[in-house]
Amino acid sequence: MLQASPRVALFVTCLVDLHRPTVGFAAIRLLEQAGCQVEVPRAQTCCGQPAYNSGDRETARDLARSILEAFGGYDYVVVPSGSCGGMLRHHLPTLFEDDPNLRARAEALAERTHELVSFLTDVMGLERVAGAASGTVTYHDSCSGLRELGIKAQPRRLLTGLGLTIKEMAEPEVCCGFGGTFCVKYPEISTRMVADKAADIAQSGAETLLAGDLGCLLNMAGRLKREGSAVKARHVAEVLAGMTGAVPPIGEAG
Amino acid sequence: MLSTSPAFKENAHKAIADVGLQKALTRTKPHFQGRRAKAVEALPEFERLREIGRDIKNHTLANLDFYLETWAGNVERAGGQVHWCATADDARAAVLGICERVGAKTVTKGKSMISEELGINEHLEQHGITPVETDLGEYILQLRREPPSHIIAPAFHLNREDWEESFRRAHTDLPADRVFRERRDILTEARAKLRARFLAADVGITGANFLIAETGSSVIVTNEGNGDLTQTLPRVHIVLASIEKMVPTLEDATNMLRLLARSATGQDFSVYTTFSTGVRREGDLDGPEEYHVILLDNGRSAMLGTEFQDMLRCIRCAACMNHCPVYGVVGGHAYGWVYPGPMGAVLTPTLIGIDQAGNLPNASTFCGKCESVCPVKIPLPKMMRHWREREFERHLTPGAVRTNLALWGFVARRPGLYRLATRIGAGVLGWLGRRRGRLSRFPFAGGWTAGRDLPTPEGETFFARYASEQRGKRGRA
Amino acid sequence: MSAEASPPGRPPGRVAILGAIRRHLRRGALPEDQAAMLRARLAAHPRHLIPARSRLSRAGQVALFIANVEKEFGSVARLADARAVPGAIADYLAQQNLPSEIVMAPHPELREIPWAERPLLKLRAGRAEASDLVSLQQGFAAIAETGTLMLPAAPERPTTVNLLADTALVLLRASRIVGAYEEAWDLLRAERRDPLTGGFMPRNVMLVTGPSRSADIEQTLELGAHGPRRLHILLLDDDEAARATPESVPK
Repeated sequence: MLQASPRVALFVTCLVDLHRPTVGFAAIRLLEQAGCQVEVPRAQTCCGQPAYNSGDRETARDLARSILEAFGGYDYVVVPSGSCGGMLRHHLPTLFEDDPNLRARAEALAERTHELVSFLTDVMGLERVAGAASGTVTYHDSCSGLRELGIKAQPRRLLTGLGLTIKEMAEPEVCCGFGGTFCVKYPEISTRMVADKAADIAQSGAETLLAGDLGCLLNMAGRLKREGSAVKARHVAEVLAGMTGAVPPIGEAG
Repeated sequence: MLSTSPAFKENAHKAIADVGLQKALTRTKPHFQGRRAKAVEALPEFERLREIGRDIKNHTLANLDFYLETWAGNVERAGGQVHWCATADDARAAVLGICERVGAKTVTKGKSMISEELGINEHLEQHGITPVETDLGEYILQLRREPPSHIIAPAFHLNREDWEESFRRAHTDLPADRVFRERRDILTEARAKLRARFLAADVGITGANFLIAETGSSVIVTNEGNGDLTQTLPRVHIVLASIEKMVPTLEDATNMLRLLARSATGQDFSVYTTFSTGVRREGDLDGPEEYHVILLDNGRSAMLGTEFQDMLRCIRCAACMNHCPVYGVVGGHAYGWVYPGPMGAVLTPTLIGIDQAGNLPNASTFCGKCESVCPVKIPLPKMMRHWREREFERHLTPGAVRTNLALWGFVARRPGLYRLATRIGAGVLGWLGRRRGRLSRFPFAGGWTAGRDLPTPEGETFFARYASEQRGKRGRA
Repeated sequence: MSAEASPPGRPPGRVAILGAIRRHLRRGALPEDQAAMLRARLAAHPRHLIPARSRLSRAGQVALFIANVEKEFGSVARLADARAVPGAIADYLAQQNLPSEIVMAPHPELREIPWAERPLLKLRAGRAEASDLVSLQQGFAAIAETGTLMLPAAPERPTTVNLLADTALVLLRASRIVGAYEEAWDLLRAERRDPLTGGFMPRNVMLVTGPSRSADIEQTLELGAHGPRRLHILLLDDDEAARATPESVPK
């Protein structure tokens, strides 16, 4: 049922909005190149994970209700994050177990929601994106993207298609220790986890670290910079959209 | 066992600084993860066996009363006795009662996490009975008076020097200048020491991996053979088993056994898988004359019908902790009670209370690795989240967290206000980081910046820039 | 629940636990039709998925069994018939530098072996003691899937013989090797009657896969923890079909 030019709502995510707007513009460019009409609903804030994962279901439900309002009526909702994408796809409906009406709406939304890169490949059928790039990258498989949404081969396929060489970490699937509020509640454990991750990134020998989740990227880039590493960290969408010139790597100045 | 779970953060701090523990953790991770991966890869049906395992356990739990009664009838037919113990106190009293009735002085023990849960050793010692752990790992922990740090490799946190030092200190009848050239020498000494204890014991206590309703059997799985010696040589065999160990038939148990060793140690099958059914039969030349099962509830029945029921599927394989990145950093003792890692983070609050164990379900990144390796597909992260909900409902969540969450929730519910707040935040942070693109110190994120820099925002929010671009487009049009 | 008096002969713990289970499952005792369905399931004990790895010809199953025993650090000697047993044991003990005193399970199949041909082997029939260094057990059945022996306890098959000696020898007929555990359970169900319960399950069934071991010291495998350090299987080729050339056995 793929329409020629589907109407896509971009779920920007709070971190992209606040921290790295370029990722949002990269997502728009990629979606438009793939033939989508992109709109950005104004009334969005956050997917609600901070509340949901802290046990505050009431706040999570309130935010979920406003997401249902803002994102109804589009062919697809696309999210440049596996974590927020997983929240919308898998967890939103569980917030409305006692309300069949809202639950049905949440399930309908969940079905139409996709993470950006997997949307381009799996829904839009993209084999490659426009442009070319060179150099070596290593890809961190963010936990929610990998285990909730099955994102593994898709970004690697598109990156290789651009001409990039992928140098894998020994354990690309191991959690970086971000974990949303986890890194605030248990900073010492989180630091040890991200230090292990940084060591794995370093031994991969890649010039650039890519991932599909800004939270993990801020964590890993923060650690790499603290260690004085020269490895650059970027969101995968910036590279796929050819927008690396628009913004310095995460944690570096222009 | 006394809980130190409330001190999880301090425990974790010590664990991270503990050089010996960190060495052990580094050694252990590839051991368990690599072996499991190989064993799973060699069995193409593994995924389907997991689904069947989940379904068998769900079926059993839905009919647990029926299967327990059927099983108990079969135990009694085989000359055994079932002690129905609703609480830990009941179970301790039942074990002590049996030991005292038969005049036991020494009791040998196979590895049992229920025994740790009940504190059987301490209880027996208080009443003048000497318990002797016979699993090699449990034996050294008993010498060192330490709790296990892992449910299947209780002493993984010790290094060779620790073994040698403890053996020299404990086995004072042996020459002090003896040399331990290899690990084998440590093993040989333990074997000789424990052989004498096996032969002298009046009662043998084991755990149970499964109970089988069809036959009234209890099943133990070991590699050392210590559990078998424990239950074969003394006159009395006591099995410690909790109600959720039940499976209906031998065929059901077989499916679970195909999952257990592969998930635990990466073996296709453990060396000794032993099915015990009642007392020594007429004409038998060995085996116990009495067979008792301490059937323990201790809060488990209260998990049925709740969001935690799925946890009762657990077969204690330890795959979740073997693959947990948090356990991989802090080890088992940091969790502060009997069951560590993800399964402990869900189970411990039900057994000792969420007010005691609140840290455990919070100390997870929800990376989901545990659920992905669980042989019975327990949704561990989901249940940890349920604990956080109960904590929040009961106002046990720390005050600062609650306040921040409330403030954030207030703003996030109001897109207009939210836009304003993020514009200010992004602007200030972006300005602070304008030279380096990051901060090395930031007063509101001290935990973060203690171990990593804080990358700073581009400066303008997405929505601000998007709005001005849209205005630009409209202006040009 | 506390208001409910325990019926005569029903200990209060039992009433409390079963009551709590039913209360939390939000039901009473199962209605008779549902209980009957569960009894039927127990009686039928349906098999689940059996991995394809043991679905081989007879010769293939024997080869898989041997490969798995060796993978688990055991050893196997294939013998044409029972007459070859004394010589094979004597050779094995000499090779391993072991004494020739053996404690033997008092099983008719072991008693009938022509031991007199090897007068140097000193056999004692009975249960094993801690001082025994070598034991000989009779194998009831074996499972190719994982190279596992099934050793049910009986007066003629004492459990101590599986456990106490440093070197465990087991006599096994090739005709008793099955593919999967389920087939071994069926043999037990068909062939055993328990004198006490009237059922098939003996007091003790040991499934043994290789010699005893421990990885408790620094996660490094050492053989011979509490049980035997060596497990040597004397495999009697009594199965014509098993002597054919096997299909290739997965490693």
